[in-house]
Amino acid sequence: MALDKPYKDVPGTVIFDADQARKGYWLNQFCMSLMKAENREKFKQNESEYLDQWQMSEAQKQAVIDRDLNRCIALGGNIYFLAKIGATDGKSFQQMAGSMTGMSEEAYRDMMINGGRSPEGNRYTHEWEEK
Amino acid sequence: MAHISASIYTSHIPAIGAAMDLGKDHEPYWQPVFKGYEFSRQWQKENTPDVIILVYNDHATAFSLELIPTFALGTGEQYAIADEGWGPRPVPDVIGHPVLSSHIAQSVIQDEFDLTLVNKMDVDHGLSVPLSLMFGQPDAWPCPVIPLAVNVVQYPVPSGKRCFELGQAIARAVGSFDEPLNVQIWGTGGMSHQLQGPRAGLINREFDNDFLDHLISDPGSLSKKPHIDYVRDAGSEGIELVMWLIARGAMNDVAGGAAPSVIHRFYHVPASNTAVGHLILENN
Repeated sequence: MALDKPYKDVPGTVIFDADQARKGYWLNQFCMSLMKAENREKFKQNESEYLDQWQMSEAQKQAVIDRDLNRCIALGGNIYFLAKIGATDGKSFQQMAGSMTGMSEEAYRDMMINGGRSPEGNRYTHEWEEK
Repeated sequence: MAHISASIYTSHIPAIGAAMDLGKDHEPYWQPVFKGYEFSRQWQKENTPDVIILVYNDHATAFSLELIPTFALGTGEQYAIADEGWGPRPVPDVIGHPVLSSHIAQSVIQDEFDLTLVNKMDVDHGLSVPLSLMFGQPDAWPCPVIPLAVNVVQYPVPSGKRCFELGQAIARAVGSFDEPLNVQIWGTGGMSHQLQGPRAGLINREFDNDFLDHLISDPGSLSKKPHIDYVRDAGSEGIELVMWLIARGAMNDVAGGAAPSVIHRFYHVPASNTAVGHLILENN
């Protein structure tokens, strides 16, 4: 019997559940390795070579190289793990979060200063499909 | 006997820690945030407890995907400040209280909460930012801290109801400890925020203030709020708010005592991607 996952109906959101964690295990563990300064250096020197040491899918490796965080999340990544790639690149959490919204860094920052993204029209997937 | 004197609630946004560490807390962007904690720091100075039980979540720091404990109680003597990728924050290490911790473990597990016990773990911004907000930048934290790390990273996270009941069990444990310790319990994380995907940046003032209202006056019904309501209305990372229910569950009124006094309440948007919420409740 399928388990109830009501959060599938929230637009622009992937909930990191046990299934996503299974898909993203090595992607996230690769991210964890970047908590060590020496590994950050190795990764920066040759990203492909470093990524090849992990049992990640080619799609996951490519998403990391492209810094496509939405794709990384779709492939099982979790934002707190992926944040370690951002830290390696010297990006703030706001820059990382903003990069997933299709907005410019400035526009995202301004949106936050002005009170953030409203929940109105952003609660259910059908609200985005009708846009 | 030990007793819980107060519960304190606060967001634990990493950028707040960075602002303090880099001396940016007087910049116009940060001023309103720190102004909301001025009273609290003074109050805390006058009401420093003997021990703090600090409920927080680890952000893929001490716990990778190798091990995901739902409730992990620190029973160690000391916890180092973690390097989260930018180098460790320049704040003091955290001194634990192993005697009270082991008493809580003994009591709470026999009360049917199957805790994970941790003697060695580094603590990240989830724990250190609340300490910085309440104590500023001392050379040593003014009292021992017992970390209680809750999994809110990988779903399913514990329900609000389970968290609320755990708080009640912790209060029973503290109440049966022989030394006359003054104990505070802190709930951290939240408020509304979403850090991922095209919906990142979601903030919900109405939800947050309603949450604060109910946390004060009707925590029992608040504890029944399902996960999906947090996700839909307060953002995927807004789920951290379930941790506030652990601290609230430990207050006297939940066990039939008097209602707590609201000492301080503060709300501000934004700090980086997140709404800042803060509350001090004192037991009567």
